[in-house]
Amino acid sequence: MSTGSVLISPAGIEDDDLQMTKVTFWRRLRRHRLAVAGFVVLAFIVLCAVFAPQLSPFDPTYIDPHWQGNPLPPCFVNSSQCAGHILGTDEVGRDLLSRLLFGARISLTVAFFAVVMEVVIGTILGALAGYYGGWVDYVIMRVTDVFLSIPLLPLLLVLTGIVAASSSKASLSFLTIVIIIGALSWPGVARLVRATFLSLREREFAEAARAVGNNDFRIIFRHLLPNAIAPIVVQATLDVANVIVLESTLSFLGFGIQPPTASWGNMLANAQATLEQAWWVAVLPGLCILFTVLAINYIGDGLRDALDPNMR
Amino acid sequence: MRRTLQSIPLLLLISMILFLILDKAPGGPLAPYLQNPHITPADIARLKHNLGLDQPLPVRYVKWLGQVLRGDLGYSTSNSEPVLQAMLERLPATLELMGASTLIAIVVGIGAGIFSAVRPYTFADYFITTFAFFGQSMPVFWLALMMQLAFAVHGIPLPFGYQIQLPSAGLADNVDSFSLGDRLSHLILPAVVLSVLSLALYSRFMRSSMLEVTQTDYMRTAAAKGLAPRTIIFKHGLKNALIPVVTVIALSLPGLIAGAVVTETIFSWPGMGRLFINALQQEDIALLMGYLCVIAFLVVLFNLLADITYAWLDPRVKYD
Repeated sequence: MSTGSVLISPAGIEDDDLQMTKVTFWRRLRRHRLAVAGFVVLAFIVLCAVFAPQLSPFDPTYIDPHWQGNPLPPCFVNSSQCAGHILGTDEVGRDLLSRLLFGARISLTVAFFAVVMEVVIGTILGALAGYYGGWVDYVIMRVTDVFLSIPLLPLLLVLTGIVAASSSKASLSFLTIVIIIGALSWPGVARLVRATFLSLREREFAEAARAVGNNDFRIIFRHLLPNAIAPIVVQATLDVANVIVLESTLSFLGFGIQPPTASWGNMLANAQATLEQAWWVAVLPGLCILFTVLAINYIGDGLRDALDPNMR
Repeated sequence: MRRTLQSIPLLLLISMILFLILDKAPGGPLAPYLQNPHITPADIARLKHNLGLDQPLPVRYVKWLGQVLRGDLGYSTSNSEPVLQAMLERLPATLELMGASTLIAIVVGIGAGIFSAVRPYTFADYFITTFAFFGQSMPVFWLALMMQLAFAVHGIPLPFGYQIQLPSAGLADNVDSFSLGDRLSHLILPAVVLSVLSLALYSRFMRSSMLEVTQTDYMRTAAAKGLAPRTIIFKHGLKNALIPVVTVIALSLPGLIAGAVVTETIFSWPGMGRLFINALQQEDIALLMGYLCVIAFLVVLFNLLADITYAWLDPRVKYD
């Protein structure tokens, strides 16, 4: 096929109709399929996380007495040395499969709650800025600009570093990480909600709601917000994926979830040292992160197409 | 012009918030003395007074700002030299890494984007977009580990008994004697790893921008004139399709510095990212403050540059 005909065909001349339907069909099918696949994968991972205690063959912090300095291999690599550890052990002899299962809990809940927090803050600030305009908008948007101008990862590292140093490393609990990530990642949502509200508040139904004497609070939350849900849901879904990567990066660098609590990120923290003897310690947690993030990204992509085709 | 002026209060606000945050941090210039049993609390108080640390926050901020405006970012306790000097020493390594990875990302990303856009919804297109999706979903540090596993630990076997084996740490085998081959072989892995995220981003933007352009009237006119597809795409299409992509590239560059933090740590690359992580571990507040301010300044600067180039490349866009 010559490239020239592709160039003109969308508004095309020859087999235009046929091609368009074929194109949209394939596109929808693909999008749909991948989003569905994403849902299936994510559901599987969530189930694994929920039933981690039942599914785990070992306690995630139990150190196997067979361990003698090197990670034990997975059973499919060396069935005589694996000592019952299906996926082997990590560098200090803890069962890798159990840690992956419990790590899923941490990674998913951190991401979920951080995004809930981000969405609540971002939605309220964005709604206020977009609805009231004027100086309220100005002040909120300048603060948003500030947080968008400081790259998130270094800022998160500094903040978690401060918390860790001012009390102890152990204080970098699950909750601290959630709060720090949630408190810093809202500007994207705020901008999005503001932009949506700017156009919504001019619409006739908003005017009608004002005319019948609703107060601002009711107009914002009962009338305007439901119309802004679609872009927020899409953004939140994609942000869950981002936060999973962010948390794993923090934990990998030692400024996130602290061992012995397992998170996919901190399981990789020492993997570089044993890269030569034990590839499974480095490969498996990363695959978990990759597949979870891919699944969520595809769901987000599918949702975007389904909820609001104009957003692309 | 107005936009340039607007970024000044933004920068002030950023520095204020950073100052406020880092004021809560432990450590600081007196940290080494606090552990020393021979130094009494009275000595500490005197040192604090001499350094002006007992003054209220706003006063200290104004003083700090005055110093910064004169080009003094403070003294780095972890490197025992001024912050500015410590950062400038590490700058070439970071620029080398960022330059190489940006080059890879632009060439491969834009190439792949165009390639995909001229044959939309074909197998090749799906292959490239899926690849880009993987690139955007992959944690950079894990990709780095995988690259080390593949290319440094085991090596990729080639026919005739050769194999690709690349060094995975540092700037060069021997820093004193410069050898281009040695330098490049050390650069490949970190540069590729750092480029993946931008590469995926650029290719997705290039693809959608090019797809949009191919549906415009002037492209159809060019095709109707009988021009070769190559000429249509590269001469008429690419110029217009690149406009939004140039903006994306400009906006993504400062983020690369942050991405370099992870990459430099894993590949022991002696750049600004590692300097930052060291400072973090040693509670070197002055350096952290300097580093964050410099990056934030670059972000604001590149935002401005992106706006200006956009208006310059596309005369239809006007800023007041």
